[in-house]
Amino acid sequence: MHHDTSLPVLTAKDFTTDQDVRWCPGCGDYSILAQMKKVLPTLGIPKENFVFVSGIGCSSRFPYYVETYGFHGIHGRAPAIATGVKAARPDLSVWVATGDGDGLSIGGNHMIHTMRRNVDLKILLFNNRIYGLTKGQYSPTSELGKLTKSSPMGTVDNPIHPCSLAVGAECTFIARALDADVKHLEYVLQRAAAHKGTAFVEIYQNCNVFNDGAFDYAAVKDHRAEHVLYLEHGKPMIFGKNRDKGIRLNGLEPEVVTLGNGMTEDDLLFHDESASEPVLALMLSRMTHPQFPEPLGIFRAVKRPTFDELLDEQVKNATKRLGRGRLAAMYDDGETWEVS
Amino acid sequence: MDTLTKKSVQQLDEVAIRFCGDSGDGMQLVGTQFTNASAIFGNDVSTLPDFPAEIRAPAGSLAGVSGFQINFSSRDIHTPGDRVNAMIAMNPAALRTNIKDVEVGGIVIVNDDAFSKSDLQKAGYESNPLEDGSLSKYRVYRVPITKLNNEALKDLNIGAKAAGRCKNFYALGLVAWLYSRPLEPTIKWIQDKFGKKPEIAEANIRALKAGYYYGETAELFPTSFRIPRAKLAPGRYRKLTGNEAVALGLVTAAELAGKPLFYASYPITPASDILHQLSMYKNFGVKTFQAEDEIAAMASTLGAAFGGAIAATGTSGPGLALKMEAIGLGVMTELPVVIVDVQRGGPSTGLPTKTEQADLLQAVCGRNGECPLCVLAARSPADCFDMAIWAVRIATKYMVPVILLTDGYIGNGAEPWVIPDPEKLPKIEIKHPTSADASSFLPYQRNEHLARPWALPGTPGLAHRIGGIEKEDGAGHISYDPLNHQKMVDLRAKKVAGIVKDIPPLEVNGDPQGDLLVLGWGGTYGALLSAASRARAEGHRVSSAHLQFLNPFPANTGDVLSRFKKVLIPELNGGQLRKLIRAEYLVDAIGLDKVQGKPFLISEVYEKIISLLK
Repeated sequence: MHHDTSLPVLTAKDFTTDQDVRWCPGCGDYSILAQMKKVLPTLGIPKENFVFVSGIGCSSRFPYYVETYGFHGIHGRAPAIATGVKAARPDLSVWVATGDGDGLSIGGNHMIHTMRRNVDLKILLFNNRIYGLTKGQYSPTSELGKLTKSSPMGTVDNPIHPCSLAVGAECTFIARALDADVKHLEYVLQRAAAHKGTAFVEIYQNCNVFNDGAFDYAAVKDHRAEHVLYLEHGKPMIFGKNRDKGIRLNGLEPEVVTLGNGMTEDDLLFHDESASEPVLALMLSRMTHPQFPEPLGIFRAVKRPTFDELLDEQVKNATKRLGRGRLAAMYDDGETWEVS
Repeated sequence: MDTLTKKSVQQLDEVAIRFCGDSGDGMQLVGTQFTNASAIFGNDVSTLPDFPAEIRAPAGSLAGVSGFQINFSSRDIHTPGDRVNAMIAMNPAALRTNIKDVEVGGIVIVNDDAFSKSDLQKAGYESNPLEDGSLSKYRVYRVPITKLNNEALKDLNIGAKAAGRCKNFYALGLVAWLYSRPLEPTIKWIQDKFGKKPEIAEANIRALKAGYYYGETAELFPTSFRIPRAKLAPGRYRKLTGNEAVALGLVTAAELAGKPLFYASYPITPASDILHQLSMYKNFGVKTFQAEDEIAAMASTLGAAFGGAIAATGTSGPGLALKMEAIGLGVMTELPVVIVDVQRGGPSTGLPTKTEQADLLQAVCGRNGECPLCVLAARSPADCFDMAIWAVRIATKYMVPVILLTDGYIGNGAEPWVIPDPEKLPKIEIKHPTSADASSFLPYQRNEHLARPWALPGTPGLAHRIGGIEKEDGAGHISYDPLNHQKMVDLRAKKVAGIVKDIPPLEVNGDPQGDLLVLGWGGTYGALLSAASRARAEGHRVSSAHLQFLNPFPANTGDVLSRFKKVLIPELNGGQLRKLIRAEYLVDAIGLDKVQGKPFLISEVYEKIISLLK
């Protein structure tokens, strides 16, 4: 790993605060925090140049546990607060920690508009499919019919696919990771950090108190390989313990096929994270267990100018064209007259 | 000189005229042009644009009438005028909705071509008011404006539709002659505006001149009028609306602080013009952000302040309601932000294009928890400039959100503004802690003003976390400790109360004691001052005072109140300042409440004053 020689070499420890971590023991958030602290020192960015912004919820306590600048906001508004930080200070690396309730329910609007603008923010959406901090109500990602404290007869709300929303909002970087697969999570965080523009990372996160085991199909190592599809750019979509299954396109629908008996890798879909059209990313975002293995990795990574960059450019261009503004000239704009 | 066309000229001190017509007739435009010409000529001016919320209601309908009133004078004036001395009505609907404001004996010029049977029906007239004697109280002039305008432009080959659109300039030309206004400023404006369409520029100029010459030559008006220059304070002037003044004030404040301005806003009437104006000042380093909603506008403003910008947002009542949770976060995180509320008629959507002052309690009290912040109010269009600078000065010095209240009346209304010398405006001193302070730095440590340090991300050694959860005094850690909460609530309140030492004392216009004090705030300044002055001129012991600082109140407020037998508080709401004054000073103030979407007339306030002196 290359470091700017002028910078001290940082370690995960440098990003540990003096605050007691108050998540429940066994919470998936611990893993996300640990991987994040592993990634931050590797980015070649002075640690005081990071800002972590959050909303409300368990995930939103994140900033207190990272030793840099932090802003614990109000429910759902973290992307909007972070947009202000980044617009005012394009030099900072701005991260958002949010959850399925914070980011997709109360704050859904900000999420959409941040992504379509392509503000250079890294958004980590901790998806545990439940409201944890308010003690167990269903969330916008809870599966239909789920029994919770606020849905004793089962929910009647159809859940949202977070990554589909990101596709619809024209997000330039869309990825999914799993708290239990720390290596892969670390990789995804690295990729998000390297992306210029909005990086949306959905992280499957186990709430062991109110929704324990929600992602066991993927998290439990024994059958992970059967239920998860690791996306690799330019590679065929293969999964399974014996890497004997794959995803093929049948008309416009994906289907699971078994390799062999004339079915070869060449018959499978090849992943292309940089496709200019988000059709493939959308399809992947809608593949759900148990019908499909659920994709993990980078769904989409494309280049588009960032909002903060364009905003900055307008200021620079206007200054170049008109010269640095002068108050006296601004006051004199339009008709003036003298009274003596 | 042709003596036949030289008519008599009568001198007047003050005239209020109103242009009214369909919202597509360009009445706001000609009203603005007339104002510019009058201001440049040297009159004092005050304007009242009045337009419907609908962009284009059906042509000729009552709902679609748009009006622009301007008062211009050889004296110092403070309101757009109680009564209209002359009105230009481009159609029957405009006549019908506006005639009640015209003084008896006043001039009414109508576009005679717009009074067909169907036009009359659309306005709900059963008979033609120009012929049935119902306008006998007025001096009515029937001018076939459409025909005369089209005739003047017939050889220009721009098409009937484009020619018809020039008729507002024809009307303007006619009125310009009637009141001896110069045409040059308007001609220059037309040339600038239509520079790329010379044939349209030519058509409008020709229509303007044709209207002017018509007044001069037609045997219609026995006299024209002259309103001599006003004796304004020496200096260089320009005309300024309140919304423009807020924009200029915010840019100025950022320059005085040596920092970039970030302004986030969601479009809302009547505040959007501030966003429009600021978006033109990118070469001052201004970044404007049209947010996805009011909440995002507020939240991003907090983010920008955290990043170190001079951060502001603007809205109107419904938007302020949406922003409140985030404003509370600003109070809790003690970040310097300015929230401009250009008030309009409420509640809910209310009267979007009409004025009101009913957000005072929302501004002072409208948040969850014990959540005080500083509230200011501008009293006139030009005062918005000064108050915007005040808002930034206080916000950055005390690390506190500041709400600046203006309203639709002063936001859209205009008056002459003495252009200041930017070199003479006092700088806004801001000190950010540096790495050198790292060893002793605490994010919620307080200085002598009880402000916490404004430490910027990117500063080595000062990393810290802020947020909406209660913070431990000094260290800023999350704290649920009962006594700490009490202490922090008290500290935040004490900090805001302490702003009083920076704000100027409440000035009394008239004697410092007497029988009656007329106390007001915000955009009612002109009407209240004028009414109190009139009563005083008649020998009554009446004074007036106007609050620009509403939280905290100026230190001498209680003292001022105590020197008068009675206190009258006229407000464009149900008595909101009255509640605050009663609560704070135990003064049994009397109210004059009006919520009609319109500013006070001087006479309304004057009559109330007189009734209280009996």
